[in-house]
Amino acid sequence: MSFIQIEHLSKTYKGKDDSVHALNDINLTIEKGEIYGIIGLSGAGKSTLVRCINLLERPCEGKILIDGKNMPELSEKELREERRKIAMIFQQFNLLMQRNVLDNVCFPMEIAGIKRKEARLRAKEYLKTVEIAEKAKAYPVQLSGGQKQRVAIARALASNPEIILCDEATSALDPQTTGRILKLLKQINEDYGITVVIITHEMRVIEEICGRVAVLDKGNLVEEGPVSEVFKNPKSKAAKRLLLTKELSEEGEENGLN
Amino acid sequence: MRNLGLDVLLKGTNMLRLLEGLWVSLRISLIAVAVSIVLGLIIGSIMTGKNVIIRAVTRLYLEIVRIMPQMVLLFIVFFGTTRVFGINLDATAASIIVFSFWGTAEMSDIVRGALISIPKHRYESAAALGLSKVQTYVHVIIPETLRRLIPLSINLVTRMIKTTSLVMMIGVVEVLKVGQQIIEANRKSSPNAAFGVYLVVFVLYYIACRPISFLAGRLERKWS
Repeated sequence: MSFIQIEHLSKTYKGKDDSVHALNDINLTIEKGEIYGIIGLSGAGKSTLVRCINLLERPCEGKILIDGKNMPELSEKELREERRKIAMIFQQFNLLMQRNVLDNVCFPMEIAGIKRKEARLRAKEYLKTVEIAEKAKAYPVQLSGGQKQRVAIARALASNPEIILCDEATSALDPQTTGRILKLLKQINEDYGITVVIITHEMRVIEEICGRVAVLDKGNLVEEGPVSEVFKNPKSKAAKRLLLTKELSEEGEENGLN
Repeated sequence: MRNLGLDVLLKGTNMLRLLEGLWVSLRISLIAVAVSIVLGLIIGSIMTGKNVIIRAVTRLYLEIVRIMPQMVLLFIVFFGTTRVFGINLDATAASIIVFSFWGTAEMSDIVRGALISIPKHRYESAAALGLSKVQTYVHVIIPETLRRLIPLSINLVTRMIKTTSLVMMIGVVEVLKVGQQIIEANRKSSPNAAFGVYLVVFVLYYIACRPISFLAGRLERKWS
């Protein structure tokens, strides 16, 4: 049994006259401790898919088994408990503006009922891990994008998660900062054994840290496998198109910008 | 130097009367502000809901308040109700009703705007951290809504205080009316009183509103 197991997952948004099939019969498995990438162009359904894992979106059909528990069947309370084990980081960072960095990291621990003193101690450790301990007293508005994402990662660690979901976590960052954040995620994956699921539209993110990748196209899972294989020998149209845009943008960087 | 007509304020209890008049204005506006904030928060939250009827009714309400001059509203409530419904409303009460009616509409719209400006991912992020609905509102949504709310609502409060000068039209003796009375009573002895008295009225309004906008500026800078 795999750690995360998605079976026959479908999600349809019903409009007044028509309905949109955001996800069609998705099947995939993610093993404990791996870094799994989900790639697709915008509108492919990857955000919906990742939100189904922690049930921010409720699927219409199918199972989402995490460590054997079927998420859609859980009660509100059980779900909240389960969500604490599944941290999520966003493109928009989503820090609390009225709290400083340290208090932001303490926040999930406060909610979980951990004593203030212990929470602060642990928060300081996590800030060291993400290499931003010197900004503990700063407020989010005083930080750069990369620094904010580091704080968000520290906050994700604070709930002692088994999984970290990254929803376009590096898409608002410049290439260098992206590289450093990816390295940090890789390091966290290795040191804490946390399973990482990454949603992105950038090939490079997948290439740099993912072991396996799934390609989504218009709500369908069109290709799946180890990154090296999928990238070397893409079978689906969507994967080919993604590779092509990557090559074009790289050529652009080499020829045009320098 | 020309006679600015300030001497008249030192006669008898004139200055004290002006201050009492100011208190009448402030009392009306502050009661109306309190009512507007409470009702505005409630109605504004309701307005973000999906119910079509509630949305239509609240929008109609807002449109009426926007289009109707406050003075017309005052006349309808004060003179109109007496004849038609036989209710003998005290002028101050009528003023408070009209200002609350106006303030609530504007406040609801401000609250609605602030609430819908909170992006979806803020709710998602809170849920992903394992927060319940109540916790999400207490820790994330309400603090953020409030900070978006404060500049606009402070602006509304100062506008409400200023606009209370209209209530003299239905016979409430507030600061401006007292000023007029003083000028009239001293027309012979100090013909320049108009300048001095209105200057003082201006200063009084300034003193009443300035701390509020100062506070708003401070909060805005602190939170930006």
